[in-house]
Amino acid sequence: VCTSRFWFNYRHVANTLSVYRSVKRLGIPDSHIVLMLADDMACNPRNPKPATVFSHKNMELNVYGDDVEVDYRSYEVTVENFLRVLTGRIPPSTPRSKRLLSDDRSNILIYMTGHGGNGFLKFQDSEEITNVELADAFEQMWQKRRYNELLFIIDTCQGASMYERFYSPNIMALASSQVGEDSLSHQPDLGIGVHLMDRYTFYVLEFLEEIHPASQTNMNDLFQVCPKSLCVSTPGHRTDLFQRDPQNVLITDFFGSVRKVEITAETLSLDRGVPGLQSK
Amino acid sequence: PVQVQLVVPMAVVFAPGSVPGDLPRPLPFRDVQEMEISVNLRTSVTSRYEMRYRSTTAHEEAALAAATAREADAALYPLQDTTLGSLTMYVVPETSSLLPQGINVYVGKHRSALVRAGGGLAALQARLREVTQVMSFTASSIAAALSDRVPNGQLGPDARRNLKSSLGYEITFSLLNPDPKSHTVDWDIEGAVNRFVKPVLDKLSLVANFSVDSQILYYAVLGVTPRYDKESSSFLLSAHSLPHVINPVEARLGSSAASLYPVLNFLLYVPERSHSPLYIQDKDGAPVSTNAFHSPRWGGIMVYNVEAPASPQASLPLHVDVDMARVMEVFLAQLRLLFGLSREEVPPTFLLENPGNEGLADWELDHLLWAHTVENIATVSTTLTSLAQLLDKIGNIVIKDDVASEVYRAVASVQSAVTELSLGHLLAAFQASKEAVTCSERAFFDPSLLHLLYFPDDQKFAIYIPLFLPMAVPILLSLAKIVRETRLRKKEPTKMD
Repeated sequence: VCTSRFWFNYRHVANTLSVYRSVKRLGIPDSHIVLMLADDMACNPRNPKPATVFSHKNMELNVYGDDVEVDYRSYEVTVENFLRVLTGRIPPSTPRSKRLLSDDRSNILIYMTGHGGNGFLKFQDSEEITNVELADAFEQMWQKRRYNELLFIIDTCQGASMYERFYSPNIMALASSQVGEDSLSHQPDLGIGVHLMDRYTFYVLEFLEEIHPASQTNMNDLFQVCPKSLCVSTPGHRTDLFQRDPQNVLITDFFGSVRKVEITAETLSLDRGVPGLQSK
Repeated sequence: PVQVQLVVPMAVVFAPGSVPGDLPRPLPFRDVQEMEISVNLRTSVTSRYEMRYRSTTAHEEAALAAATAREADAALYPLQDTTLGSLTMYVVPETSSLLPQGINVYVGKHRSALVRAGGGLAALQARLREVTQVMSFTASSIAAALSDRVPNGQLGPDARRNLKSSLGYEITFSLLNPDPKSHTVDWDIEGAVNRFVKPVLDKLSLVANFSVDSQILYYAVLGVTPRYDKESSSFLLSAHSLPHVINPVEARLGSSAASLYPVLNFLLYVPERSHSPLYIQDKDGAPVSTNAFHSPRWGGIMVYNVEAPASPQASLPLHVDVDMARVMEVFLAQLRLLFGLSREEVPPTFLLENPGNEGLADWELDHLLWAHTVENIATVSTTLTSLAQLLDKIGNIVIKDDVASEVYRAVASVQSAVTELSLGHLLAAFQASKEAVTCSERAFFDPSLLHLLYFPDDQKFAIYIPLFLPMAVPILLSLAKIVRETRLRKKEPTKMD
């Protein structure tokens, strides 16, 4: 979810799109991703390179690409829609791609970025979502068993305040900065004229580039990403609500999709029925 | 807290010569056996087997005189009690030739079994208990249905494999042809669905609504490159690479935008010429006989190898006519496994009758219905409880009338489901539980119940004080002045006197 709009918040859109790409690369299909963006960067009249969103100064990777499927765009990114997606209280006319159709065996990854403060996250410069509302939404998801485990990553100023109030089981949270600290952006690009990415997400992505679908890297490594020397802010994490030891949790449990598979050993024996058919 | 009693009406019919010597009372008589399955501190399920012991009627004896167990089963079927959930056991003498050597129990296609007598009453009852466990439900199948209430760690890895109870399922058959230049694949999916799939879905129609689609995808490749094995001169997909096969394909599968039912995908993959023949290896390295694998709650994939043409100069593309019967045998078996109907855990002295084109025996249908009914009742009680808690916590949510009526209907339905279960009426209980689930889900997920505004106290002060304090100051001051003046005026007349 990218909660900002306007040209100078280019980096938030780039953050979100880069995480979206990594997650797709590791195997999660579009039908399992709900992407909420203001989507006003690529075709913005101030964009010197139209139809592109870059995440790195070298402009090697256009994260906007050809197959970005934005589910909630522009003015649809509101606190209400976000909470509706999470809790499932959606009007019956909403199509499948805009719903979170998860069940009690789904692991959910939620990535949010934008401008935030102590206890709230700003949505599109006009409203906020508080950490209490978020915690209540997660509790409702738990009550209806809409998730098995949930990983919440937030890259905003004072991000750690957003996960302070969680009280439902099986949630793990990571934030880019502690309460009272600001998350800083990574590098400006003089050609485009804005900052392209935030530091925390940049280093997380560098980390994710090394992961492939069969990799065995665990969560503890993700916690080490972006130390204070590189990030200036202190990333935080919260694992007390999580039942498994983070050491045993694979990155691909959340970022990729590795399914349980069983060999089919039984067959049905069918009566071929129509006379004249050869039966095996 | 869920307290449910599952009642199974059973009839135990003794053929002449099979009555054990140590019966407590002369036939016919009734007996009840109860067992408690406790899932967690607040949830328990008691199972109650109400058994009627009696001897055979003349018709049944004639039926049991058949040559094979299958014929006996067919002859006995019209004489049985066929309500859903009930069981009939025919006890045949120890020396009877109906059951082959070494087999003690024959389970038929409907709801009956032939049990060999042996030993005294206690041994017979133990055997009968085994049979009922196979034919109706076991403690673990009930615990699996209530899997979200069992404390973590107590369930085995299989517990969350079966499809969750839902009102409907969408089944999609897809043909993947990654190499259309070499193979032109024709599959008569419509015919196969009508001939093979429809009978099974008709039988399952009690459980849920099914909709079937099919599609053909070209240039869809598996995400994994198979290894070439020189010894068998074939390509192999090892068991541990199988989990990565599904994802790249899934992106292209698509699903119906309008329906919210869970989708079951069955994929038939015809390997490229350059990767033919392709076999799936199991964990021990042996090729799998079905050449297929499935993923719980998702669907199944089968690899269909095309034989190399007789002469290397045969013109490409080759025309391939898929043997739909062979394919459907595997897909329907996968469908059964996805629903949790496996025949692998049956004791070796049991012989299970093949259900034929119907796909599943009546008692397997009962098996599904027991599990789904219990699951539905548990889901409804969780939903309604959490809805009540939500409303308690957040005082200013408005409950619309139709939401309220859904809640009442859900409560009434779930109560009727529990009552029907305790009377042994499985079908009525299942239908009531389905109704309860529909109503409670509609009530819980009603879009009007979104509580959005959270006003912490400090924000209330922060917003309202700067607004009202400046306004309040002159108002309060002038009020004070008015009070002072009226008091003065009241005092003055007395002074003037």
